Amino acid sequence: MDGVALLTIFVLSVFVGYEVVAKVSTILHTPLMSGANAIHGIVLIGGIIVLGSAEGILEIVLATLAVLLGAINLVGGFVVTDRMLEMFKPRKTVSNDADGGTL
Amino acid sequence: MNSPTWAQLVNLAAAVLFILSLKGLSSPKTARLGTALGAIGAVVATVVLFFTGIELDNLVLIIAAILVGSVIGWISARRVKMTAMPQLVALFNGVGGGAAGLIAIVEYLHLGDQGDFLFSLFTVLTIIIGSVAFSGSIVTFLKLQEIMTTRPVVIPAGKWVTILVALATLGTAVWLFIDPQFWVVLLLLVLSLAFGVLFVLPVGGADVPIVISLLNACTGLAVAASGYVLGNVLLLIAGTLVGASGTLLTREMAKAMGRPLTSTLFGAFSGTTQGGGGPGEERPVRSAGPNDIAIMLGYANKVILVPGYGLAVAQAQSTLRELADLLTARGIEVDYAIHPVAGRMPGHMNVLLAEASVPYEQLKEMEEINPDFSATDVVLVVGANDVVNPAARSDESAPIYGMPILDVDNAQQVVFLKRSMRPGFAGIENELLYDPKTTLLFGDAKDSLTKVVTSLKAL
Repeated sequence: MDGVALLTIFVLSVFVGYEVVAKVSTILHTPLMSGANAIHGIVLIGGIIVLGSAEGILEIVLATLAVLLGAINLVGGFVVTDRMLEMFKPRKTVSNDADGGTL
Repeated sequence: MNSPTWAQLVNLAAAVLFILSLKGLSSPKTARLGTALGAIGAVVATVVLFFTGIELDNLVLIIAAILVGSVIGWISARRVKMTAMPQLVALFNGVGGGAAGLIAIVEYLHLGDQGDFLFSLFTVLTIIIGSVAFSGSIVTFLKLQEIMTTRPVVIPAGKWVTILVALATLGTAVWLFIDPQFWVVLLLLVLSLAFGVLFVLPVGGADVPIVISLLNACTGLAVAASGYVLGNVLLLIAGTLVGASGTLLTREMAKAMGRPLTSTLFGAFSGTTQGGGGPGEERPVRSAGPNDIAIMLGYANKVILVPGYGLAVAQAQSTLRELADLLTARGIEVDYAIHPVAGRMPGHMNVLLAEASVPYEQLKEMEEINPDFSATDVVLVVGANDVVNPAARSDESAPIYGMPILDVDNAQQVVFLKRSMRPGFAGIENELLYDPKTTLLFGDAKDSLTKVVTSLKAL
């Protein structure tokens, strides 16, 4: 895709990103930040692409690290956001797992 | 590497899911759904990548790295205590920025200099922004985890060192255009990492969450730039969405703190962070036992509870709720006053109290509850300090000056449950502690609350 098309997508995305969170209550600032943090974990895809064509030990090591870090960001980001929001559930009988549960 | 049309359409769908995800996260009712949509988008886009027919060497390594990373991310996210969640988010953000930076470096190594100006520009941008987000986030993690001091770290002539490093980073970036060599890339990497550290070091106390949010937006931009480098539209869109929404969110948070973003970020450089109040000489305070506090609370008409981070550290949310239930049963009006930045991130306290299943209706936001304090008999401040410090209104030299606070000093009586006389996260003396209408109960918040609850039951 040529540069101008990418630039167009970039500019439009800026406006969408700005508008979409324009009215958020302070209660949700933390989960929203965490959710946005999870979304940029999609950088994992970039890691996979560069590792897929990496040659030589240096490239392979760095690209593997990129995939690893991207996966941590993506999976951890969504799981921790969900855990935060779990707390906001309407009242029900509380299961008392104060230590956050295990696997 | 043009992927087939159907794969591009799947990517478009993923991008839409990300937008819906952010949209959903903006309202309490749809927030969980929003998270789920985002996660679905991410999984679909990742899985589809393997079937688009692009050549993927090192397939075993790819799968292994994904699995190991996913398990690490999953376990740390499941295991983390809710009180420690801000630093985990900072850490996740940092590794994301690191990943973007690494991608740009590998791509540069692989393709060499293409002579394409925009390609080189975005590669350089990804490396710089990604590295700054990485090292900056690591420092915020160390601060929040209290591995290093939470106070602003002011190094001598720090301002000039930082400016120098920033200029050197830009200079190196330009140099890379003129003389594309790998060791210049390395130099750029080192300088960017150093800049990230220098940038975050002087930020202290309650301003740290704002910096996390800013670095989150930075990582978004780094990912967007890496999307340009790889010609991947989904990365470009997702990164830009996060960059834009993160910037707005950062501004909102700074607004909740009542100070412009610039003073948050550059305040420490001006050396005004020493804080109000004299040197810590011994001054008389009034302290009391749990029994006295129980009596004060038990015979009040209206009580407001002000929970702070100290409450969460002591894991005393449920005990506080028990106290509130007991008081309500005695016919006393009880509310929780939630400062926008109570806890360590905006909204953090709401998460923590929801964990202890405190009903929504009792949680009052600052603007809503501030007029009520003058009609309140007893305010019980549990593990909070900076958010009730009147210095924010009166002492222009205090670093928190201008931050909106809970006006607890308007109440008839104020009770502080405190561990010690140690100042709060921002490191500022609180004059309210020495006020004649203030009573202190020293000790661990959970311990103290339990004792007050016991005394109250016996009343």
